[in-house]
Amino acid sequence: MSDISAPALFPAAAPVHVRGYWASVWNRLRYDYVTLFCLAVIILIVLSAVFAPMLAPMDPDRSSMANRLRAIGDRGYILGTDEQGRDMLSRLLYGGRVSLAMGILPVMFATVIGGMFGVIAGFFGGKVNMLIMRTMDVFFAFPSVLLAVAISGSLGGGFTNQLITLTVVLVPPLCRVAETATSQIRSMDFVDAGRASGASSISIIVHHVLINVMSPVLVYASTLVSVSIILASGLSFLGLGVSPPTADWGLMLSTLRQSIYVQPLVSAIPGIAILITSIAFNLVSDGLRQAMDVKG
Amino acid sequence: MTDHLETAAEPTADPRDRGGPAQPMLIVDKIRKYFPIKAGLLNRTVAQVKAVDDISFYVLKGETLGVVGESGCGKSTLARLLMHLVEKDEGTMILDGDPVGEVRGVGLDALRRSMQMVFQDSYSSLNPRLPIEQSIAYGPKVQGATRRRAREQARDLLQRVGLKPQLFSQRYPHELSGGQKQRVNIARALALDPRLLILDEAVSALDKSVEAQVLNLLGDLKQQLNLTYIFISHDLHVVRYISDRVLVMYLGQVVEIGPVDAIYEDPKHPYTQALLECRLSMDPAERVETAPLSGDPPNPVNPPSGCRFHTRCPFAEDVCTATAPRLGNVLDFDSRQHLAACHMVHAGSGHSRAPRSVAAPSPGDVQ
Amino acid sequence: MWLYALRRLLLTLPILFGVTVICFALVQIAPGDPIQNLLSPTASQADADRLRAAYGLDQPLPIQYFIWIGRVLTGEFGMSIANNSPVAGEVFRAFGNTIVIALISVALAFVLSMILGVVAAYRSGSLIDKVITAIAVFGISVPPFWLGVVLVIFFAVNMFWLPATGMGASGSESFSYFDWNDLKFAIMPIIALTLPPLGIMTRTTRAAVSEILSQDFIQTLRAKGLSEMSIMLHAVRNVMPAAVAMFGLQLGYLIGGSVLVETVFTWPGTGFLLNKAILTRDIPLLQGTILVLATAFVLINLLVDLIQSIIDPRIKRS
Ligand code: SF4
Repeated sequence: MSDISAPALFPAAAPVHVRGYWASVWNRLRYDYVTLFCLAVIILIVLSAVFAPMLAPMDPDRSSMANRLRAIGDRGYILGTDEQGRDMLSRLLYGGRVSLAMGILPVMFATVIGGMFGVIAGFFGGKVNMLIMRTMDVFFAFPSVLLAVAISGSLGGGFTNQLITLTVVLVPPLCRVAETATSQIRSMDFVDAGRASGASSISIIVHHVLINVMSPVLVYASTLVSVSIILASGLSFLGLGVSPPTADWGLMLSTLRQSIYVQPLVSAIPGIAILITSIAFNLVSDGLRQAMDVKG
Repeated sequence: MTDHLETAAEPTADPRDRGGPAQPMLIVDKIRKYFPIKAGLLNRTVAQVKAVDDISFYVLKGETLGVVGESGCGKSTLARLLMHLVEKDEGTMILDGDPVGEVRGVGLDALRRSMQMVFQDSYSSLNPRLPIEQSIAYGPKVQGATRRRAREQARDLLQRVGLKPQLFSQRYPHELSGGQKQRVNIARALALDPRLLILDEAVSALDKSVEAQVLNLLGDLKQQLNLTYIFISHDLHVVRYISDRVLVMYLGQVVEIGPVDAIYEDPKHPYTQALLECRLSMDPAERVETAPLSGDPPNPVNPPSGCRFHTRCPFAEDVCTATAPRLGNVLDFDSRQHLAACHMVHAGSGHSRAPRSVAAPSPGDVQ
Repeated sequence: MWLYALRRLLLTLPILFGVTVICFALVQIAPGDPIQNLLSPTASQADADRLRAAYGLDQPLPIQYFIWIGRVLTGEFGMSIANNSPVAGEVFRAFGNTIVIALISVALAFVLSMILGVVAAYRSGSLIDKVITAIAVFGISVPPFWLGVVLVIFFAVNMFWLPATGMGASGSESFSYFDWNDLKFAIMPIIALTLPPLGIMTRTTRAAVSEILSQDFIQTLRAKGLSEMSIMLHAVRNVMPAAVAMFGLQLGYLIGGSVLVETVFTWPGTGFLLNKAILTRDIPLLQGTILVLATAFVLINLLVDLIQSIIDPRIKRS
């Protein structure tokens, strides 16, 4: 029983210090400055949305006919005013609350729902898989924007309806990713080993499958945040978002569209906010993908 | 070479023993698994892979039964069938006197406590996201041990398989060498205190020097823990080294079974002979002129009629194509018994090389 | 090949069935009673019931579905509530306008992404790679309708180069892609539609090409003295099947995704129609348009799969 010679044969395989998967992910992330910067941008945006009531210089909904469509920096309106004379900066801060929520909440719900269906389909295979995945295929038959418009157009506007719509749209792709990852894990020997020790399917899913399926699913979910923000702003643009005067960035863009001839720059501001947020989320998910070493 | 194993062949008293020393550890009777192949527009079953086709054998207590055969002959399916990881189509299993999975027999839970499996060392045998200690402790936890108890047990087992717990318990699989991973695999299989261990290509992926160390470890563990092994491998050297008896598989069937020396010194079945010659031909000094096993094994989907080996057998005759040779009565629990499923060894089979005397006591008995 | 085609075709049928079920369900999830919209405010309960029976709305849902699908299959999509005209005619006219700019945009994105993707992969790590990657990220991250707004600000408001909205100087009826005065109207919608698929396809092409370039056989080809040009061609040929698959997928996305861009430019396509349907809560019009677009998407995917199986023989076997 003196086989501790093995490490000498494989020096690379036995590093001196012990660390786990997440520690190694962080280690890789630490030197990825682009991702870190974007992460900081996201945190900044989230904080400014959370603390909007303290940061906003004015009431975002108070209109003033005298101060309509002020230019940027004019009369103390840092980002100008919109077509009803409301302060753009304040509206942008408050609008960020809705837009960010629409980016993050649907993805969270869809990750849980889609992930659950995907893991069940992937783990149990056979008829269960058929039923779940074929149903998802039907949803894949709709381009995502179209599906969102279809559901939202029928349900009507409003915060909750938009949340439901986006969640429904995001469930199928997440389900598919979870299913693929799970069926790969299911065929691994350690799952059989777990079963051989008498573990139930539930126990194996909880202890062995989820922990492995999590990283590809999370990475994929993170790419969907920006998709969700763009979709949400699109729906709001069509008038299917929150109801006025509460604004989100998409609705602001929509109402300012009439003013592009008067104040082109101010009209473009909500779009810039969407763009920056979406780029930041996209680049962070790219970084995560690399750090978590997820392929595809 | 095998002397340290011989002492283990006499089972010592074990509190877990139920059937007594003479009762085989495991009896497998006509176990069968066909996998359907689906194709066509409607996904109908168009054919079946006869992965394990009516296999019978037994393992005595304290014995090591080697199972050999080319890859794709159904060895791994057999292992998974025995572990009930794959549902069998037909057949019965008797574990220490109790039928498995029947109303009055042992349940699956008891089976899993008595029987465990060591998987082939590969990247998939250990959960990459769990520290190895947790991988080992998972089984006991499933069986109701407390978190602390399972952890202690895992550390004990690591010690037992030669990995210092204080050094290794928190490591992840990717931080281990192949030999170390295989030790963890063994520790995990031992965590439920089994009596029978199925080792499926357990050392095949290892370097020669590491392989020898792991084999020694297996020998030691067998004595210390009073284990019985079913050792599945395509490596004939390793099987000879570790086994008491050997079972040779070809296309889902047993073609020859017998004591290790009898199989290696005096193989009866042309397939076994070919396998052994293949092995020799690897050694340049003893290389034979023509490779005796020409061609790939036939497709197990549509195995040849009669004797499944006739497409590659140098002695094939009409009778071989027409009727399948019998193996004989495998389950008479005489560990010196040497059987082969070939018409050439069965008197009166109609093969020109078959022994003439029809008066042999048992038609299947070669000796 | 034929067996594959047939099999693929049969697999499409349940999908199409599912699509119709979802379209049917759209009416069910819409709040409000569709009958109320058809009745005059003074109508009695008896009138409502009679109308309900006439439309088959008193039947159980599965029966209603079959009545509806029967009508759809004979080309009758119902009446648009807003302007009381048959939905089918309106949808198909708009569909023509949508598909043309979608096709042009995808073709443009396809060609450009091939060039950009290959160059970026080939000059991996260089400045030009970074610029191309930045363009790709921008394309993926930008909301296309906002891009439309920006284009309008830039080209129409500031420069007066291009007309801001509409289709053709003299209306969509006499629109011609071969007349510059008309074509001008299509330019901005096409740019706004091109960028997102351009971003996605460039990224995919870049990844695929750089994977091929890193493979051993490329080194062998290099060692054999093959020119860089032919190595590049080799790489391009290898990513072709994947690229074709993307082409179809993106075309489908554009047909669906044009809703917003068409709204920005008041381009009289299906997207514009959808917007109208949403504003007036014209559910039959919404349903009909969605059904046509989704069916088109499914059929495009079918077509792409078949084309792919021709250019990439490996697929047939799987
Ligand atoms: S039965 Fe015939 S074909 Fe089969 S091994 Fe014996 S001699 Fe060969």
